Amino acid sequence: MEYLDNLPPMDLMRSEKMTFVQLIIPVESAHRAISYLGQLGLLQFRDLNDEKSPFQRTFVNQVKRCAEMSRKLRFFKDQIHKAGLLPSPHPASQPDIELEELEMQLAEHEHELIEMNSNTEKLQQTYNELLEFKMVLQKASDFLVSSRSNSTVQEREMVENVYSNDDYADTASLLEQEMQPGPSVQSGVRFVSGIICKSKVLTFERMLFRATRGNMFFNQAAADDQILDPSSNEMVEKTVFVVFFSGEQARTKILKICEAFGANCYPVPEDVTKRMQITREVSSRLSELETTLDAGTRHRDKALTSIGFQLVKWMNMVGREKAVYDTLNMLNFDVTKKCLVGEGWCPIFAKTKIQEALQRATFDSNSQVGIIFHVMDAVESPPTYFRTNRFTSAFQEIVDAYGVANYQEANPAVYTVVTFPFLFAVMFGDWGHGICLLLGALVLIARERKLGTQKLGSFMEMLFGGRYVLLLMSIFSIYCGLIYNEFFSVPFHIFGESAYKCRDSSCSDARSIGLIKSRDPYPFGVDPSWRGSRTELPFLNSLKMKLSILLGVVQMNLGIILSYFNARFFGNSLDIKYQFVPQMIFLNCLFGYLSLLIVIKWCSGSQADLYHVMIYMFLSPFEDLGENKLFWGQGVLQVILLLCAVVAVPWMLFPKPFILKRLHTERFQGRTYGLLGTSDMKIDDEPDSARQHQEDFNFSEEFVHQMIHSIEFVLGAVSNTASYLRLWALSLAHSELSTVFYEKVLLLAWGYENIIIRLVGLAVFAFATAFILLMMETLSAFLHALRLHWVEFQNKFYHGDGYKFRPFSFASLTDDDD
Amino acid sequence: MYGFEALTFNIHSGYLEAIVRGHRSGLLTAADYNNLCQCETLDDIKMHLSATEYGPYLQNEPSPLHTTTIVEKCTLKLVDEYKHMLSQATEPLSTFLQYITYGHMIDNVVLIVTGTLHERDVHELLEKCHPLGMFDSIATLAVAQNMRELYRLVLVDTPLAPYFSECITSEDLDDMNIEIMRNTLYKAYLEDFYDFCQKLGGATAEIMSDLLAFEADRRAVNITINSIGTELTRDDRRKLYSNFGLLYPYGHEELAVCEDIDQVRGVMEKYPPYQTIFAKLSYGESQMLDKAFYEEEVKRLCLAFEQQFHYGVFFAYMRLREQEIRNLMWISECVAQNQKSRVHDSVVFIF
Repeated sequence: MEYLDNLPPMDLMRSEKMTFVQLIIPVESAHRAISYLGQLGLLQFRDLNDEKSPFQRTFVNQVKRCAEMSRKLRFFKDQIHKAGLLPSPHPASQPDIELEELEMQLAEHEHELIEMNSNTEKLQQTYNELLEFKMVLQKASDFLVSSRSNSTVQEREMVENVYSNDDYADTASLLEQEMQPGPSVQSGVRFVSGIICKSKVLTFERMLFRATRGNMFFNQAAADDQILDPSSNEMVEKTVFVVFFSGEQARTKILKICEAFGANCYPVPEDVTKRMQITREVSSRLSELETTLDAGTRHRDKALTSIGFQLVKWMNMVGREKAVYDTLNMLNFDVTKKCLVGEGWCPIFAKTKIQEALQRATFDSNSQVGIIFHVMDAVESPPTYFRTNRFTSAFQEIVDAYGVANYQEANPAVYTVVTFPFLFAVMFGDWGHGICLLLGALVLIARERKLGTQKLGSFMEMLFGGRYVLLLMSIFSIYCGLIYNEFFSVPFHIFGESAYKCRDSSCSDARSIGLIKSRDPYPFGVDPSWRGSRTELPFLNSLKMKLSILLGVVQMNLGIILSYFNARFFGNSLDIKYQFVPQMIFLNCLFGYLSLLIVIKWCSGSQADLYHVMIYMFLSPFEDLGENKLFWGQGVLQVILLLCAVVAVPWMLFPKPFILKRLHTERFQGRTYGLLGTSDMKIDDEPDSARQHQEDFNFSEEFVHQMIHSIEFVLGAVSNTASYLRLWALSLAHSELSTVFYEKVLLLAWGYENIIIRLVGLAVFAFATAFILLMMETLSAFLHALRLHWVEFQNKFYHGDGYKFRPFSFASLTDDDD
Repeated sequence: MYGFEALTFNIHSGYLEAIVRGHRSGLLTAADYNNLCQCETLDDIKMHLSATEYGPYLQNEPSPLHTTTIVEKCTLKLVDEYKHMLSQATEPLSTFLQYITYGHMIDNVVLIVTGTLHERDVHELLEKCHPLGMFDSIATLAVAQNMRELYRLVLVDTPLAPYFSECITSEDLDDMNIEIMRNTLYKAYLEDFYDFCQKLGGATAEIMSDLLAFEADRRAVNITINSIGTELTRDDRRKLYSNFGLLYPYGHEELAVCEDIDQVRGVMEKYPPYQTIFAKLSYGESQMLDKAFYEEEVKRLCLAFEQQFHYGVFFAYMRLREQEIRNLMWISECVAQNQKSRVHDSVVFIF
């Protein structure tokens, strides 16, 4: 016992010792103090204004301002993104600026941008109109020409002459003119021309047809260019149309429909010269506008790039400010309204650092009064905080995914670091596949610095986060693969010659009668001669099955021993006497004994049937073992073990609740009155205080709880041991699958002399290896290892209903944004 | 097969039911409303809403907010959710979902037609339309001069076409006619929806018939109250009532002859479910009737979530969200106009 207490402390075994602290900060240094604490990131604030809604808190205005600024920043980011620029931080970044200044700058920039955008939009609008007009002119003239092809040639010539004398003074304002239908040259037929979205043409035509009762002629042609839709910023296809109709009423109707469908109508003069003239004019104005637009875009891009230089910095700054004010909102004003009072958790080791930071804050803000920082007592249990590094964090994540450890509870992650990759490797034992995994893990680790900074997809993110797990898994896979002697399912003679050889030189009866042993056993792992022999499967199955049980029993024992350490740590002698001891006895009397038999059988080379031994140990314990006897006194030992196991069950079931009840009644004998309010605080201080028991203790509940626990353990001992057989099953499946791919694909293809078949076979083999064996099998072995840890191992000792330590820290802030 | 929905329902609609139940859990609670009612400015409301599911829709709005923006963005969220569900739905759920929007379609048609009658700009009117009730050619409604044209030009393409069969007259459009048209359309719509739900059978029919019957009865009461003192004849009034619901047929006979609000009350108090609604009102009062009906409706809609494997949850969810948006509109109007004392007048707590 002494020895156990004097063991050096393990960092990860127990979570950091936490303490509940109170801060009393003068108002003038509050902001600085909180931002220094945020940089430090070791204090978790408790929300003291829980009952207040967000907008009733003290610093709501500042939070709103920050939200407004971040909205502007998002707007800039969006604009920069739309403009196709990359927000890159400028190397020579400018000095820090105050928040107020930044706010003004942002407002300025936003104003500027919005103005530029609206200008561009107006220009774009005009540009679109002109472009559309141009298209309408082009297309519509085709219709007009074709519709009046021959009959009016002469007529047009005449008109042409008439108009050619004009000086076209009015054409410049043609665009602003009201839509005017072409002069009705013949038989009162007039037309409206315009442009409409391609997707709407069908319904548009139908509507026109219905509205005019079919008295119209609809012509359409797809426009050559796509036009930018200002609202959605996408290119849309449009269609030019010309509707011929007669009558004034039809015209109003058609115009109304055009308006309803968002079709833009443009006047097209019937006369060719005029048309050409306008086309020219439109084209020239278009090119003019284009240059203006380009200049505008360049100007805007320049402005955006200058914003982009600092955007990241600003966003960080605003995010931090907002976090600081959010934290300030968690604090309370004291009675004098001159100080803010905050409460929170911090690890004990960080106390000096926090004090330093607070002193710095006082000093920097020239405050008269220092910040008071003192330890308080808390009722609730402290948060759990493990100081992990990049190697252990992935393993800690595996454990936390099941449940965060209670405060100072034994942390299974310590053991998971080794047992998890090892159990994985038992199922994934193939050193060829192991090397592939190792290469992948090494690539991830080598490029750690680069990958760590950039954004990865969800799958890559997961892979990258678990790179060290992957590394250990692959190393252990190589180790187990060497033991199983499998390299892509092919055995190798790495550690010397096989122990077996053929009976004669021809080796004709090797498959039927078998080999004979000629020298010492193969020094490491499975003898390569087993491969392909008739007894290969029975031999490997028996080996792996027994290995699984041994590993399982060892791991479950470790779990129970950890429960002992937990009980010792929390000073709970009841749990040791009435839970740990009977559990150890029960598990080891049955499955510990089985493990012993396995080891003895391996060492002695006995032929005893272990199934038979185990089953008849229960069915008829006094019967003679006969040929299954492994050692002297086995029969007696079995009876004793069985008795121990039977005794252990009521031992773990009954005493604990009864003793708890007795303790409870003893403690409260004669104290029928409740405790007075003033003494409450003191009793609260002790975590296992009497008061909690008084409130909580309920015998029947306690008894049922203990019963569930006992039953779970007793049944679990059997089912968990059986569950460890998955190690064997998956390892068998893995080796069989890789054998199939090797023999039925690669070797079969290699049997042909044809190079193409060989290549195809190689490709199929490579794909099957990569996707099925390396990806699917890795995943399934990973999941099974996960289950073995979460269920079979951790249910022996792990409660896992604590909560994580979430310090207020700027570093975690940037992670959240991504 | 009644009672066996559990076997087959999840094949096609399980995912969407899960989605809609998830959406439902995002509805604002009484605590949220209490907080919202304490807001001093619209920015406070925005701030509070940013912590709810409306957050992403409001966060990029520049600061001087308007009530219309809030309502618009909240409606946008509902529309997005609806579109998502509709695109995931298979028959007959997709038809069911489409039925939900027909009511808005009718309202939009009426809005546009009334608007053009009063010479309002079509685009301005279009902005006021409920986005759920939009259809392609809705803007063309302005072209129509009378009912027949309205039908022939525009509505024949929409799902509302069958409902029009009863009200095709060549009468010119005026306010009265439009209102009658709205009610006739609504009547036909409710009856059609009711039949559709009955055809679906099972728990859907059971729950939806209850909800739709309530809707029909409420409309009947509203029609009666609104037509008191107008030139609408009893027979015409009688024709506007839907042919199902708790009041059908005897209650309708009695409602048709009512001449003032207390007579309506007398009729309705004969029906136990409506007794409680009217018990809350004092005699001669019809102001609070809407709220009382809304409260009752919300209660019934919430009950629809108590049963699984039916389509009623979709209807209920859409209605609850709409009620929520109405609440938000009222609250933000009250806050914007500094009428905070009246905040509680029209807010219907959902949970």
